[in-house]
Formats: sequence, C-alpha cells, structure tokens
Amino acid sequence: MIASACRTPMLRIARTQFDEIRRHSEETYPHECCGVLLGQMDQETRVVTSVARCGNTRSDSPHNRYHIDPRELIRLQREGRERGEDIVGFYHSHPDHPARWSPTDLSEAHWIGCSYVITSVEGGKAADTNSFELAGSGEHDKRLIDEKIDLG
Amino acid sequence: MSKISIPTPLRQYAGKQATVEVKAGTVAEALTTLVSQHPDLRRHLYTDEGRLRSFVNVYLNDEDVRYLQKEATPVKDDDSISIVPSIAGGRCDFGFHDPRLQHDHP
Repeated sequence: MIASACRTPMLRIARTQFDEIRRHSEETYPHECCGVLLGQMDQETRVVTSVARCGNTRSDSPHNRYHIDPRELIRLQREGRERGEDIVGFYHSHPDHPARWSPTDLSEAHWIGCSYVITSVEGGKAADTNSFELAGSGEHDKRLIDEKIDLG
Repeated sequence: MSKISIPTPLRQYAGKQATVEVKAGTVAEALTTLVSQHPDLRRHLYTDEGRLRSFVNVYLNDEDVRYLQKEATPVKDDDSISIVPSIAGGRCDFGFHDPRLQHDHP
C-alpha cells in the first residue's frame, strides 16, 4: 500500500480503552508495558474495539525493551477472530522517555498497516500518548508516521 | 488439509484471506505451496537467499517450529500453521539487536 499524500492516518479508540493503556503503562513502571489492539478497519481508520494486555518477555532489559510472545498473539488473534476482530495495532510504554518511536521501535516493527501506540511515563505518571502507523510496502521502505488519535 | 493463518499485514498478498488451506507433509512444503499460490508473499516471508526472514515466527499449533524440526517439521491434516511477525521494540536507541529475535532459519 502506498500512502497518499492527502491521507491522514487515524486510530479511533474509546476513552476508557485509551485510559486503560495509560493505566497499564503506570502499573509496570519503571518497566515497559506492552499489549495488543484489536478491532477493524473502517476505510483508512483503525477502530479499536478491545485492548489486550500482554507480558513483556524481555525480562533481561524491561526498562527499555519489550517483546510479546508470539503464542500470545496467536491466542489473541484466534479469540479476536471469534468476535469478528483483527489485530489492528500494538502499544507499549517508554519509562522516562518521550512518546516518540525510537530506531529500535522502527527496526523491530513488522506489522505494516497497523498502529503503534507509545505512552511516555514520567516518574510513574503517564504523560503523552502518541500513535504511529507503520506505513510502506515492506521492510525496505517501512516508516512510522504520525497518526491522529480519535477518542470516539 | 492444514490451515495457514495469515497475519493482518500480509493478507493483501494472499487474496485478502485470513487463512489458506494447503495440502503438505512438512512446514516447508506448506509454506512453499502458500507462496506458489500467492507469489507476492514470497519477499515478505523470505530473504533474497531463500531463507525465512529472522522476524517471521512460524508455529505449528502452539509450538515454535524452531524448537521442533524447523521447516522439516511434519504436518498432519487439521494442523494449524501460524505465521507471526515479531512484535518488539523499546526506547533503547543503541541499535542493539537481541540475538534471540534473530534466530537463523536454515
């Protein structure tokens, strides 16, 4: 998929689910939290209908790295499909670090067309939450672009 | 027939299907059949040298095939094969790549 110059990527998520992501980030501080966003596509908008917390398997470096066990993804994907949901994105937190994607976030992002939501947690309190769409057509041209969050 | 579960970002290259049924005796045969039916998937799953990309996890039912017989793992009818690109990242910006996320697929 090639991003149109006029297209504004958007993530639509209920306030309660948005707050849940931020709460998760505070609970795991000073470690990074992570989870999955499930829902559907509505034209160019990713619509979140449920949020699933996941474990961070990077027990060796949880303060600055996260990794979700693929078996959790398989289970969530299967359960989501029964509800008519697909994986539309992921979230994680940056303890005492901006809610901006890092080079590591980009190099290890592979779900093109999905949203990557990042929350900065400063001194244990959730600060900013930003979302980015992983755009491009493959590993060679993938990029994370700013995405509007619609608290609908 | 076994079912291959296609992750969201790759469905556009698999006729928009979430699952593809194939007849195969091994994981390698299943994936080969998949990319022969949907050639646009090949570059997303394999390197130019023909190896599975390091971030592509392949599960047979609930087992990572790396810990079974890799792509030689036998497949039975009604088995479920899942293709799951890695989900990872973090604020670390040193460009360090965890070797655990870059398993070699022979």
